[in-house]
Amino acid sequence: MNLWLILAVNSIALGGLLFLLASGFSLIFGLMRIPNLMHGSFFMLGAYLGVSFLRLGAGFWPAAILAGLALAGTGAVIERLLLRRLTGKPQAQVLLTLGMALIVADLCLMLWGGDPIEVQTPAGLTGVVPVFSVVFPTYRLVVVVIAVAIAVALWLMLERTRLGAMIRAGVDDPQMARVIGIRVSRLFSIVFSLGAGLAGLGGFIGGPILSVYPGLDQDMLPLALIIVILGGTGSLAGALVGSFVIGFLYNFGQALFPDLAYVILFVPLLAVLVIRPQGLLGKLAP
Amino acid sequence: MTPALEVRDLHKVFGGLTVTNGVSLSVAAGERRLLIGPNGAGKTTLFNLITGDLRPTGGRILLFGTDITALAGRRRAHLGLARTYQIITLFPNETLRHNVMLALLGILPRRWNPLRRFDRDPALLAAAETVLDQVGLAHLALRQVRETAYGEQRRVEIALALAQRPRVLLLDEPFAGLSAQERRDVAALIGAIPPAMTVVMIEHDMDAALDLADRITLLDFGLVVVEGTRAEVVADARTRAVYLGG
Amino acid sequence: MKPLAIAAGLAALAALPLWMPGGSYDVNIASQVMIWAVFALGLNVLVGYAGLVSLGQAGLFGFACYVAAWLVAAGTAQWIAAIAAIGFTLVLSAVFAVLALRGTGISFLMITLTLGEIVWGIAQRWVSLTGGDNGISVSTRPAPFGISLDTATPFFYATFAMFVVMLGLVWRFVHSPLGVALRGTRDQPRRMGALGYNVWLIRFLGFLVSGFAAAVAGLFFFYYNEFASPYVLSLTTSAEVVLMVIAGGAATLLGPIVGAALVLGMQDVVSSYVAHWNLMLGAIFVAIILFMPEGLVPGLARLARRPGAAPAAPRPGAFGRTPS
Repeated sequence: MNLWLILAVNSIALGGLLFLLASGFSLIFGLMRIPNLMHGSFFMLGAYLGVSFLRLGAGFWPAAILAGLALAGTGAVIERLLLRRLTGKPQAQVLLTLGMALIVADLCLMLWGGDPIEVQTPAGLTGVVPVFSVVFPTYRLVVVVIAVAIAVALWLMLERTRLGAMIRAGVDDPQMARVIGIRVSRLFSIVFSLGAGLAGLGGFIGGPILSVYPGLDQDMLPLALIIVILGGTGSLAGALVGSFVIGFLYNFGQALFPDLAYVILFVPLLAVLVIRPQGLLGKLAP
Repeated sequence: MTPALEVRDLHKVFGGLTVTNGVSLSVAAGERRLLIGPNGAGKTTLFNLITGDLRPTGGRILLFGTDITALAGRRRAHLGLARTYQIITLFPNETLRHNVMLALLGILPRRWNPLRRFDRDPALLAAAETVLDQVGLAHLALRQVRETAYGEQRRVEIALALAQRPRVLLLDEPFAGLSAQERRDVAALIGAIPPAMTVVMIEHDMDAALDLADRITLLDFGLVVVEGTRAEVVADARTRAVYLGG
Repeated sequence: MKPLAIAAGLAALAALPLWMPGGSYDVNIASQVMIWAVFALGLNVLVGYAGLVSLGQAGLFGFACYVAAWLVAAGTAQWIAAIAAIGFTLVLSAVFAVLALRGTGISFLMITLTLGEIVWGIAQRWVSLTGGDNGISVSTRPAPFGISLDTATPFFYATFAMFVVMLGLVWRFVHSPLGVALRGTRDQPRRMGALGYNVWLIRFLGFLVSGFAAAVAGLFFFYYNEFASPYVLSLTTSAEVVLMVIAGGAATLLGPIVGAALVLGMQDVVSSYVAHWNLMLGAIFVAIILFMPEGLVPGLARLARRPGAAPAAPRPGAFGRTPS
């Protein structure tokens, strides 16, 4: 298989992982109007916890689910106990998530050490499957399938359920949502918890692809930021498209311009900021 | 003679909602004009369009014959336009003196000076003293705005606008929320504004405002319904229709 | 602050190498505190006076550090490297400002964060230019007027001179018409426009003042370490300096200085016991935001005025209000 196809396959898989990261980030941003600077930490913490579950004897998929649930719980606790005390002070909330990110990074270093941890691809998924004329590593294909399944589930939840309708109302206009009797604070807990859980799940199932290492959080957070600014806050479709676009840009950038791959990612972002400052960020500007 | 302020066929549409629907006004130099109308008639929107806080969808605004429609709000201030706000819009953590000094500095070139001491400028201090005296608050010069009473803050609103030495002054509900005594004080203050200054005032309180006005304009649904002297407007059947829903 | 108290404080600081018990170790810490204090004083112009929280300030600080390191390593004369570092950082500040000032509040915070990450990314990944994680190492400090700054005490006095000049400049600025106008744009941007001020340009100039302080501090940070590494550009560094500002007290002049001393002092103490400084940093951060958002200096001043008094009307802290 030639280099370009391998790159494309990897880009698609990375895009799936990024969607798990960015969809929650986007919903949190859209609803609570703050960028959650510990979202990368959720991703990394999920990966490390999953590794520990594996070591305790759990299978790969149970470990993934447990990691997701553990992070959902963590997210709920942080929202309830900390963020809620700062309601109405968005800048303080952002700084709080930044402080928490520093804490999580150091805790992970203390508990899991400084060496990267390789996560074994689950048995039975180590091979390749042919998709059309492309040979696709099975595990990467599974990651993409999971991401798409979660995208569909999230979409159904947002479009078809009462909870989803309330979240959409909150994203559109929190004041109005309050006026029509939606308990926005409860929505905040749910969405923050959901976002943390998805990021934690993504972190662990990304393990066999990205491995787990200190600094994973700082590598992922900017990607989530870029995707959401590109795709629009609170927009699931935007997060999905943005994730795959960034997945491609990242992998191809790394292959073609290794020194500048990281910077190339920010080019579309700068373009958005310069050309359409009101378009995507305008809604956020108070 | 060129009118001090002229508005020609002004439109403003928010989304699909037309808030200003072809307002035309002409205020003569030195005139006291009262703008009345029910809530939502578009009075404050009109002020925001005149000062440049909002951009009109259509129409033109002229200040002493100069077209200011496309000018930034701050440039309009330099051409002699000043306003007060219906909702107190002061610098809460600064003293009254500093509030007025900021207003005085706004049109002076030395507002850009990054090294001179702001509060060691004798000319500026004296001017601030004069303005505060004019609104009867000189004794509170060193008090922070957030530590003053609401009635006093209403007068600081006017003080800031007066400090700009405007040629046209827009007052947005200067009596809002005041007691009877405070209303008399503010009415006296507005009555003492030099005759050369043109004043346009939005006010619901007819008792306090009517005596101050030369002419009255009644707005409703973003349109001028009636305009004339006090007697003409009060006598007009359309005025009663607007206010009594008849 | 009374001029007498300031003079006494500066005199005590100047005499510090004479009485510090720990010798050159303590003197070096004092130099570092002054460098970070200048960085924080500059950031405070944005956070405290303009009400704009920048999370990309390390990008400017570190950029000055790198420019100076790169030029000195390439054999450029020290004074040219110094001027270039400050000059180029001012240009970068202007670029940051133009992009970031498309928003206020959270948008501003996010754009500055992103810009800081870009600069960090370049430093870390563009290995051929920046040495990547290894950074750029140089083993000479400048010797102004032939005086070597290689030992702790001369370096301390050079830093002290810089600190006094920068403190004076920032003090003049915040008390100048432009500085007071900047505060005005924090509290009532709309009214400032109606009063004839160019709100955008005032914020832009405030950003440049802030960037200038970051550049000077970054330059001295490079002199101190004789080294530039991606860490100085990282989000952690930006977070650290924001913490200094809000811990000490935003919108006060003493606050960032106290904050710098507090954070560095704690870092020094903590690092000698445990390796996990970031954990402490994060914990202090969270505690300050939750329990003392106004910062130490205003908090203690309030207690001194009226012991036991509850906080009166809310003060404009680092994030008491979002500019609208």
